[in-house]
Amino acid sequence: MDMPIPDAGILARKAGIVALLQSVLPADAMIHEDRQVKAYECDALTAYRCPPLCVVLPSTTEEVSAVMKLCQEQGVPVVPRGSGTSLAGGALPTADSVILGVARMNDVLETDYGNRFIRVQSGRTNLSVTGAVEDDGFFYAPDPSSQLACAIAGNIGMNSGGAHCLKYGVTTNNLLGVTMVLMDGTVVEIGGAHLDAPGLDLLGVICGSEGQLGVVTEATLRILPKPEGARPVLIGFDSNEVAGMCVSDIIKAGVLPVAIEFMDRPCIRATEAFAHAGYPDCEALLIVEVEGSEAEIDEQLSVITAIARRHDPVELRESKSEEESAKIWLGRKSAFGAMGQINDYMCLDGTIPVTELPYVLRRIGEMSKEYGLDVGNVFHAGDGNMHPLILFDANKPGDLEKCEAFGADILRLCVEVGGCLTGEHGVGIEKRDLMVDQYDPVDLEAQLRVKDVFDPRWLLNPAKVFPLASTERRRAA
Amino acid sequence: MLLPKDEAELGAIVREADGPLWIEGGGTRGPVAARDGVRLGTSGLTGITLYEPGALTLVARAGTPLAEVEAALAAENQRLPFEPMDHRALLGTDGVPTIGGVVAGNVSGPRRIQAGACRDSLIGVRFVDGRGDAIKNGGRVMKNVTGYDLVKLLAGSHGTLGVLTEVSFKVLPVTPEQAVVILPGLSVGQAIAAMAAALSSPFEVSGAAHRPGGDVMLRIEGFAASVSYRAGRLVKLLAGFGPAEILREGVAAMWRDIGNGAQFSGTGQDVWRISVKPADGTAVAARLEGADLLFDWGGGLIWAGVAPGQDARAALDGIAGHATLVRATPETHARLGTFHPEPAPLAAIAAGLRAQFDPRGILNPGRMA
Ligand SMILES: Cc1cc2nc3c(=O)[nH]c(=O)nc-3n(C[C@H](O)[C@H](O)[C@H](O)COP(=O)(O)OP(=O)(O)OC[C@H]3O[C@@H](n4cnc5c(N)ncnc54)[C@H](O)[C@@H]3O)c2cc1C
Repeated sequence: MDMPIPDAGILARKAGIVALLQSVLPADAMIHEDRQVKAYECDALTAYRCPPLCVVLPSTTEEVSAVMKLCQEQGVPVVPRGSGTSLAGGALPTADSVILGVARMNDVLETDYGNRFIRVQSGRTNLSVTGAVEDDGFFYAPDPSSQLACAIAGNIGMNSGGAHCLKYGVTTNNLLGVTMVLMDGTVVEIGGAHLDAPGLDLLGVICGSEGQLGVVTEATLRILPKPEGARPVLIGFDSNEVAGMCVSDIIKAGVLPVAIEFMDRPCIRATEAFAHAGYPDCEALLIVEVEGSEAEIDEQLSVITAIARRHDPVELRESKSEEESAKIWLGRKSAFGAMGQINDYMCLDGTIPVTELPYVLRRIGEMSKEYGLDVGNVFHAGDGNMHPLILFDANKPGDLEKCEAFGADILRLCVEVGGCLTGEHGVGIEKRDLMVDQYDPVDLEAQLRVKDVFDPRWLLNPAKVFPLASTERRRAA
Repeated sequence: MLLPKDEAELGAIVREADGPLWIEGGGTRGPVAARDGVRLGTSGLTGITLYEPGALTLVARAGTPLAEVEAALAAENQRLPFEPMDHRALLGTDGVPTIGGVVAGNVSGPRRIQAGACRDSLIGVRFVDGRGDAIKNGGRVMKNVTGYDLVKLLAGSHGTLGVLTEVSFKVLPVTPEQAVVILPGLSVGQAIAAMAAALSSPFEVSGAAHRPGGDVMLRIEGFAASVSYRAGRLVKLLAGFGPAEILREGVAAMWRDIGNGAQFSGTGQDVWRISVKPADGTAVAARLEGADLLFDWGGGLIWAGVAPGQDARAALDGIAGHATLVRATPETHARLGTFHPEPAPLAAIAAGLRAQFDPRGILNPGRMA
């Protein structure tokens, strides 16, 4: 993965830049020694690493503003960082950049049940947002699997999703407002506790802009009352096609499950060996979860199981208790860990129209043979967001490159059938060069022009999202 | 009126335009004040281009009548989740609402509190920008974070960033049953408190509205047993607000009237849409004494019918939110502004975006002022 050549002038001025930043920050908010900045050299895409110039950890919006203003004056790139769990290299530093981490900004600023929102500083972790309101019967809906670690800042940066987004939507559908600092230090308030913002939908553009338009320091989030209960059913099939048809039929029947998760045979076998969840050894497995009171759950599950029976499942296991629910989810929740047990893996994130599921799985199987790399599929079937896990051996020369080429082919296949490169992880550096497979030059140009407005000097997270060649002129200017 | 037959022709029209282009879908939100320039209609860009009920996805060209989209969905027992309103009765206009017009205005009805706004169901757009370039963003899948989200930016941009040519939606199944819990005789403050209690319950209220002097109306949708169960639980939960009644007849018409602001049809008042956090509704109502009000979205959306020329925006002084003038004479629109003024830094960003997408300022210029 190419990264731009760091600005030698900035590297040479490091001491001066650090001193300037120190002048606007508390003493303990600056990290600049080589040994210490190494902790920030990568995010969860660990194949790529580069220590930054320095790291700042401000505690207030004012401090963020002062840092940004200085960096703009000095022409120094800034890479915003939440918890660094991006799987796309979204928070990867460049050698000439300042990492601006919001991890210390993790206060709850306001909880308002009457109007159903919570306002937090953006460094607060996803799970602790729900943690702040769950005793009062509320929750924050988007629930990425990384929710224990990832920050709201990164969730907004990537427009993250979760297992329950079929019903509740992703981050952008649950974000009401932000306080954001522009590259020149200007602090803007967008949206708020009311439902729709006036004027152009700037909030919609900021969510998912991968730290390229501004640094979000506070967020107003919609909170929802917790459902009375939830229970899954596990359904096994002997063919991916039939499983795919079953998903379609469930959706058409008018039930709206909170989650429809899908695992294929390689994944089922790996998780069985690892977690012993008692899954059947079949071609495709669905976990469908519904919510409500006991009676409502029974009603919905009876509709779902009736549909499933029409498709002749090899296994149909309806949870009747919390223990049974936990057991059904156990395998799915350990899927990544199980695959990691076998080998190193790369987790992809393309989305496809759900109707293309059988074809795409067949093609992935064929490509797996061509590349000689195993792949398991776990994914959110209700919305077509796939997570193929390609197994490779990081210690074997050439394996990573082979795996990346295979991954790129899968993502191109997703685009070819009408889907997209990334459903929830973001583009980062990982899928940057594939953007041309999804978008024509005019489509990309329209996006670049948005960045021109927010960050005319292209200093915020500049080497991400777009192919380097398409942004070269702007970054150089 | 120019009526391009396809995106290419539209692109050529925009490229060659030497003055303002006034973009019209069905024209149901009233004619633009007569000014210089050319009217540009989307009625040549019609047709549902893709509908996959099993994938909950529908794609249609922008000029497709809303009714055609809704009929196609209804045939498969599905619907647009966000319940777009029909402006005709309110504004005294005729014409045929188009799906592109719905998107350009981010038109969202009562179910917005549960299912999100139009922008939340919108998953892809194609549009021709002010340079004449045909641009796509998003697509036809519901989870997509590939690049910047211009889909949301275009929703509610009222034709000032581009002329929409095609829009894609995530749709939802129609729920088989519905009921309304009615609470009569509450003050505005009590009504907002009752709606807040209902919306803070796990009983999935899909509509919460109140007409001062009238009832609080709480809609429940779903399978039959579930609707009965939840309506019953709500009645118990809200017992402190007085006796409630469960209504099962005429539910659809009731919510159509709420969504369309039917009570303001032909009243001769000016009509405003005010967006605040629900708890601020009481204060706004008090300041708008004498106005005819309708609270939707649990109190977060206030429709206000006021004396012609009155500045209802003044009622928001010191309260976070905004007010849009929906119905008034052109003079009042010009004097008070249709849209709420934005803080300077946001106005600068919006102006910057318009300058990028429409550098000559020819697409509905000033439409969002
Ligand atoms: C095991 C594992 C499971 C995961 N599961 C899921 C999942 O189920 N669903 C899902 O969607 N993702 C998932 N992810 C990906 C990742 O957790 C999300 O992308 C998450 O939102 C990143 O949050 P973060 O705080 O770690 O952000 P970071 O990695 O620090 O940053 C992510 C992006 O946001 C930008 N950013 C950070 N802070 C700010 C700020 N203050 N202002 C503006 N931009 C900012 C960064 O520049 C970067 O581009 C998973 C990751 C792991 C490692």
